[in-house]
Amino acid sequence: MIEPSRRTLSEAASKELLARFGVPLPVEHLAATPDAAVDAAEQIGYPVVAKLCGDAIAHKTERGLLRLGLADAAAVGEAARSLLAAAEPDDGDVDVLIAPMLRATRELIAGLARDPQFGMTVVLGVGGVLAEAIADVSIRLVPIEREDAEDMIDDLGAQALLGPFRGEPAVDRARLADVLLGLSRAATVHPELVSADLNPLMIVGGDPIAADALVEVEG
Amino acid sequence: MATASQFRALFQPRGLVVAGASTHPGKFGFVALHNILANGYGGEVFATNRDGSDVLGLPTLRDLDAVPEGAADLVFVCTPAATNPDLLRAAAAKGITAAFIASAGYGEAGDEGLARQRELVTLADQLGMLVVGPNGQGVVSTPASLCAQIVAPYPPPGRIGIASQSGNFVSSFMNYARLSGVGVSRAVSAGNAAQVGVIDFLEFYADDPATDVALAYVEGIEDGRGFFERLRRVSERLPVVLVKGGASSLGSRAAASHTGSLATDDKVFDGMCRQAGAVRATTIEEAYDLAATFATQPLPRGPRVAVVTTAGGWGVVTADAMSGTSLELVALPDDLRADLDTMLPPRWSRNNPIDLAGGETKDTIPAVLDAVARHPEVDAVIYLGMGIQSNQGRLEREGPYYPEFGLERIVAYHDRQDRRFTTTAAELVESLGKPILAATELAVADPRNAAVQGVTDSGRYCYPSSNRAVNALDHAWRHAWWRMRRGLG
Repeated sequence: MIEPSRRTLSEAASKELLARFGVPLPVEHLAATPDAAVDAAEQIGYPVVAKLCGDAIAHKTERGLLRLGLADAAAVGEAARSLLAAAEPDDGDVDVLIAPMLRATRELIAGLARDPQFGMTVVLGVGGVLAEAIADVSIRLVPIEREDAEDMIDDLGAQALLGPFRGEPAVDRARLADVLLGLSRAATVHPELVSADLNPLMIVGGDPIAADALVEVEG
Repeated sequence: MATASQFRALFQPRGLVVAGASTHPGKFGFVALHNILANGYGGEVFATNRDGSDVLGLPTLRDLDAVPEGAADLVFVCTPAATNPDLLRAAAAKGITAAFIASAGYGEAGDEGLARQRELVTLADQLGMLVVGPNGQGVVSTPASLCAQIVAPYPPPGRIGIASQSGNFVSSFMNYARLSGVGVSRAVSAGNAAQVGVIDFLEFYADDPATDVALAYVEGIEDGRGFFERLRRVSERLPVVLVKGGASSLGSRAAASHTGSLATDDKVFDGMCRQAGAVRATTIEEAYDLAATFATQPLPRGPRVAVVTTAGGWGVVTADAMSGTSLELVALPDDLRADLDTMLPPRWSRNNPIDLAGGETKDTIPAVLDAVARHPEVDAVIYLGMGIQSNQGRLEREGPYYPEFGLERIVAYHDRQDRRFTTTAAELVESLGKPILAATELAVADPRNAAVQGVTDSGRYCYPSSNRAVNALDHAWRHAWWRMRRGLG
């Protein structure tokens, strides 16, 4: 049997796809040049983050293709220049993505993963660099109903993280459930999806917002 | 697809044949016939033996051709695998519609065995026959007093339907049934599950009037999606308690995705169960706790629990055990506290856990249980510390002074009282429709203790520890909540 080929979409294309299913995302702009990057940052408001974005770029953090906390035009211009210079021939067409610098004390991870036995699943977990070690995760098979999405949130062990936390309000569970339902719908509408990562899914003022997204498709 | 009438032939046969009955008491063909005859099966029993020798005093037939047509609808097969195709044809010709195949030499025995197993299924399908196994331990059906298996035990009758991919776990579950007195309706070992597997039996139990709870052990699952959809439909009908073997294997995923690496096999299976409304247990022991709970207690209508204890630290550790569960140690309502003040001396805890602090007189415990269980803000009760007096009574009864010095009278009194307390709890369960779980280590330390006997004789499960009662109630409430939110009543 020949496995259908798999590829990742760019961050921008990943977000565009998932935004159509109600996944909350920050306002972002793609810039092809350092000057365009500065224009985008001026529109969004400082501080911003800059990332190198292209179809073949999956793990930006590991490759150091991420610049955080850029506070002014000079910093943005410099970051954009160095990111564009870091592109490798295999990366194909690249742009610099400018996005607001989100600050959150709480990070979740959400997404889609295809299980060899049970097919496509929706995943919600506690995020951050320790996510895999903590493995506080809750899973359901696509498609899910609202009750399933709410159960997934209830199933997480770290319930204290979902309540009022360090001066921030409790997580809006209905909106978090909306994210999970949106992922489920995306998988139903797009059977070519192999996986999706909202990592991190930040909690800003109690609302979930996906600071990064990566979609993998086949065929 | 197996039909309801085929399953009826398996679990409620009007007559049966043991094929390959043996005169040697060490052989399966002897043990199977022994177990059928020894446990009071009411239908007609035929046995075939190659030499025509009597087995256990029962005259045997040389082969199936000698069985009167229509007299049996189940054949229990202990003959060598190579002879079984002819045997199934002969059985079908006699109107037999179900076969339990204990014979080995099939899928577990290499490629040749696997080919033989495939042929067996093809033949059974052609004959319109249900084939269970092969390489299975047997089938039990207490409404028919049927113990058609090559191992012990025969369980007390009850409402739990068991299906397992491992025959030995069928025995384990039924040993727990014997230990606890909470009995079994049907039990079947799926063996190699060639034609029908665990999920097929769960579907039968969903519509079986003799079964209120399904209890299953599974290992490999071939069609994950199909299993999920069918499991969900079964769970909508009755609680399903599931143990999964091989749960610890780490499903490592190829790694473009971080969520994928979090979605291990075990986590996916766990989520699948929750979504389907099935109750997953991690051990065989826990599985029986949960199945016995569903079989003997109504589902709680909410998470609010009152703990009633006659004395001691039991209440405290039970309250501790509830943290991190779905249960809520209800703050004692003022009117209930005032009510209890009139029944108890001032040293009682005046809070939940309701610690009677040894302050009870003859009728206190039934009155307290009634007041607590009846309160509208209490959804369930955990009752602890029963059996203390009758445990002392046992020591006295077995000691050198009994029955003198007034011991006979006081021992009998305590036995009566302890029994009365636990039967009162069971009556309240009945009249109020709320769960009351009684827990004491005497359930295993001294199952003949009067309090334990009171629990079991009233058809309930005596939990061997309060933390096991808390865990069972936690799962019961989660399942009730799953049902309520989906409008399943």
